Amino acid sequence: MTAVVDPEVAADPLPPRRRNRAWEKFRRSPSALLGGVIVLFFLIVALLAPILPVPGPTETDWSAVRKAPSIPHPFGTDEIGRDVLSRMIWGAQASLLAGVVSVLIAVLLGVPLGMLAGYLRGWTDAIISRFTEALLAAPFLILAIALAAFLGPSLTNAMIAIGLSAMPIFIRLSRAQTLTVMTEDYVESARAVGIGHLGMIGRYILPNIIPPIIVQATLTIATAIIAEASLSFLGLGQQPPAPSWGAMLNIAKNFLEQAPWMALYPGVAIFLVVLGFNLLGDGLRDALDPRDS
Amino acid sequence: MLAFLARRVFIAIPTVILISLFVFSLQHLLPGDPILVMAGEERDPEVIAALREKYRLNDPIPVQYLAWAGNALQGDLGISLRTQQPVLELIAEKLPVTIQLAVMALAIAILIGIPAGVLSAYKKGTWIDWVANITALSGLSVPNFWLGIMLILLVSVKLGWLPASGYMPLSEDPLQSIRTMLMPAFVLGTAIAATLMRHTRSAMLSVLKSDYVRTARAKGLRESVVLIKHALRNALVPVVTVITLLFGELLAGAVLTEQIFTIPGFGKLVVDAVFNRDYAVVQAIVLCTGIAFILMNILADAAYRVLNPRMSEQ
Amino acid sequence: MRILKTLGLAALLATTSGLVHAQDLRIGLQEDPDVLDPDQSRTFVGRIVYASLCDKLVDITPDLEIIPMLATGWEWNADGTELTMTLREGVTFHDGEPFNAQAVAANIDRSQNFELSRRKSEVKSIESTEVIDDYTIKFNLSAPDATLIAQFADRSGMMLSPKATGEAGEAFGLNPVCAGPFKFKERIQQDRIVLEKFAEYYRADEINFDSVTFLPIPDTTVRLANLRAGDLHMLERLAATDMASAEADDGLMVEKATSLGYQGITINVANGPRAENPLGQNAAVRKALSLAIDRNALNQVVFEGAFATGNQPYSPTSPWYNADFPVPERDVEAAKALLAEAGFADGLTIEVQVANNPVQTQVMQVIQSMAGEAGITIELAAKEFATLLADQSAGEYTASQIGWSGRVDPDGNIHQFMTTGGGINDSKYSDPEMDRFLNEARLSTDPAVRKESYNAAIAKQQEDMPIVYLYHPVWLWALDSAVDGFTPYPDGMIRLHGVSVTE
Repeated sequence: MTAVVDPEVAADPLPPRRRNRAWEKFRRSPSALLGGVIVLFFLIVALLAPILPVPGPTETDWSAVRKAPSIPHPFGTDEIGRDVLSRMIWGAQASLLAGVVSVLIAVLLGVPLGMLAGYLRGWTDAIISRFTEALLAAPFLILAIALAAFLGPSLTNAMIAIGLSAMPIFIRLSRAQTLTVMTEDYVESARAVGIGHLGMIGRYILPNIIPPIIVQATLTIATAIIAEASLSFLGLGQQPPAPSWGAMLNIAKNFLEQAPWMALYPGVAIFLVVLGFNLLGDGLRDALDPRDS
Repeated sequence: MLAFLARRVFIAIPTVILISLFVFSLQHLLPGDPILVMAGEERDPEVIAALREKYRLNDPIPVQYLAWAGNALQGDLGISLRTQQPVLELIAEKLPVTIQLAVMALAIAILIGIPAGVLSAYKKGTWIDWVANITALSGLSVPNFWLGIMLILLVSVKLGWLPASGYMPLSEDPLQSIRTMLMPAFVLGTAIAATLMRHTRSAMLSVLKSDYVRTARAKGLRESVVLIKHALRNALVPVVTVITLLFGELLAGAVLTEQIFTIPGFGKLVVDAVFNRDYAVVQAIVLCTGIAFILMNILADAAYRVLNPRMSEQ
Repeated sequence: MRILKTLGLAALLATTSGLVHAQDLRIGLQEDPDVLDPDQSRTFVGRIVYASLCDKLVDITPDLEIIPMLATGWEWNADGTELTMTLREGVTFHDGEPFNAQAVAANIDRSQNFELSRRKSEVKSIESTEVIDDYTIKFNLSAPDATLIAQFADRSGMMLSPKATGEAGEAFGLNPVCAGPFKFKERIQQDRIVLEKFAEYYRADEINFDSVTFLPIPDTTVRLANLRAGDLHMLERLAATDMASAEADDGLMVEKATSLGYQGITINVANGPRAENPLGQNAAVRKALSLAIDRNALNQVVFEGAFATGNQPYSPTSPWYNADFPVPERDVEAAKALLAEAGFADGLTIEVQVANNPVQTQVMQVIQSMAGEAGITIELAAKEFATLLADQSAGEYTASQIGWSGRVDPDGNIHQFMTTGGGINDSKYSDPEMDRFLNEARLSTDPAVRKESYNAAIAKQQEDMPIVYLYHPVWLWALDSAVDGFTPYPDGMIRLHGVSVTE
């Protein structure tokens, strides 16, 4: 996850009348649609995991340890004879959950803080900004590793660690957006009319910062999924016997020579789902971007 | 300019204090007792007590913090609990390794990212643009630890072309050093290349639309001259800024890359230290990277001002 | 003339080829050693480095007999409270200081009294040392201690230059000075440790390398790839799952030795409130768990059969193994019957903590699935090792999958775990009979007498089962086939005396 806010995410405020054009634009972008399809596919697979016709993800078969892909096990079996396909399907749940929940944590904490800083300015802004900078200064993964180690290795804690580490981006973004919105003519005139704080936030600030937040959130889900995989790969995420793509890779790296399929498929899955979210995020950004038409 | 730098450094001070507090408390909240591990398999109570006393772990945490921060201000970052090497020495030993990795990765990223970005902007809307974009997104989407594993499998285990791990100092055998670092640098460079490509493309797009490019074209200059001399030079301003800011990403990426390829650098040092609960090492590294990161940010802003004089008037 | 010259050259070539003194022997280690001070260090890999760096008072044979090293002979007094050792003459430390009885006394003093010494418990029985003459030293013990000699075959017996320890103090590990075949040259943490040949070594003729480089490479696949590529001459702890492919490789050899250690499940029987559960309170439930485990299948699945199954602190091939209790076959019905008898006919759920490394979690997942079939539902709590250890010693656990690296003397594998108040008795198991057996075993230097005590202790252990033993790791070394003269030892060390590389 990068401290560099994508140059095109921090968009100019979006005047209300342009918003309905967004869907039209999104629909016409092939890559955005491709991203949507990929994400939807994994979402459906994850949701349908319990009813798909595969063995249970923790069902072991001693007689079929590390067997190459075959008809009963299309993706092969793992180090204790479990079906890799089944573990990938169930692993999709862990990855998507990690991506979405950690970003939710980041958004729900970061956006109010950022808005507060941008709206109140002064000391509040100074404190929040220093805090954000301090968080940003620790490289993301090192921060997440330390946090995950501190909280104890588990999927939930990995999500919290990733969420906290991703929070500064949202603080920065919503602060910057709020500051910009506050200087708009129509906001200034609204203020002159005497609309209260809540009214200001609800009527003008929130609607204007939501589009870039959605774009950033979609892109951050992509990085969060990689982050979860990285933490699980280091043994700090999902714990056995529950499946997760990163954890599968952690084991698989010990059997590269004998069972390369154990390493291949989870990696491809991470790649695809992350690509999906990135494409989707790009598409959303172009669609919501008021600058070019 | 000086006043600007001074102001930025001054603002950074509370941030650094925050980082140090944060790092210190985080380490002390980590579960698990490093002393139990350090005491050895027998876990002799007498040894445990002696070690706690020795490393002042019995003192109240604020006292420990002040002692640590005081020493840190004097340039003493403590010694590694695991190997008893002074942490500063460790950092000095590991830093060149990671810098070499980062520089090589950055070089690969620039070689791929900037030409691809220019091309894609120039051919905006064509299939070339589309392919470049998808490739860049793929580079961003591939988990680099997995890419590393796959490359080891293919290039080292199956083909035997490059060593799977190891490190040779540049000073001892430059050629071998670059050879061993090639695969990790490529892995680390892919994501950076993708980011650079996207930034270059977007900067090029806005420059290509600008008046002076139009003027240059109107003057009948050759397209390659327009592209390189006029457009790219201006587009590089934000790209250079991004490169400085990518420092943090390079460091974070190096953490996993070094782990996969067993490169004895900064990233491997910090991960091993977290797992070994080597307090002094983790604290020192996060503090140092934090400060370095802040400095890079200030430099980036300064660079931006120098390259783009209009900014400094604001 | 020309022909003669050619012939002469050919003859010269013939004598020099064959056995070439390799400049540098490169050994891949599984992890980076900790501080290189035998009094302070605690890791297994550290000891591998010491085997080339620091000679000990005594050594062991592959059959675990104690043989002379820096001490040439020793003698006990009648009641086993005085040990007199004669020392090798003409030995010097790497800094040129002489090795003698004064040096031994200084070393024992450092192991006992140095603030950061981890060896205190190993040499606790020594009340005082007496320098009889330059090459004779007497240890006066507070009580008979049959285990002491075996301690001298490990880190407590490693002799450090008293001048260097005096000067460097706790920083000795940054530049260790011993009396082994190689002296310390340099170390780059996480990258390499380089030792170079010590010309004045008293057995220098057995050493065929100018230097030896240890390279920590934690990833097993990468370690093996480096050996195959010729970047390493040998590696330790080959993954059991890589054994078949390494054996099939013409350029490689695999050597093995069953380790002195074990892996097992330690059960909290009386360590705080967490002991109050069916597993902690009822030996029948623990026996049921043991019976539910198919140790052979576990060994096959996780280690491709390369390790040794076990059910005691000693491996079945050890002279201390109690043959009356062979490794049990899996018996799900018997396990269920035991559970039913104990009042858990419908099964029960227990939590087992495990270190979150791939191999140990794999072991526990296999056991989890086996125990499930007998009605014991296992919930796994994967923790980082530092956390696991802290929780275990604080009694914050029900059961814990953990192992022991093993000791040469049988006492080291059982006494501290099973006696009341034992240093690492995290079960808090306590039984007066067990205490008596194990304490008595320490008093005699007669193996037959000791064997009887250990047999009785193991019979008792099988009844109460505070630790369910699972398997004994087998040390696996992979070597380039050009390496000659390597001998596997059950302590897992790499002894370079007599090892050479032919090109």
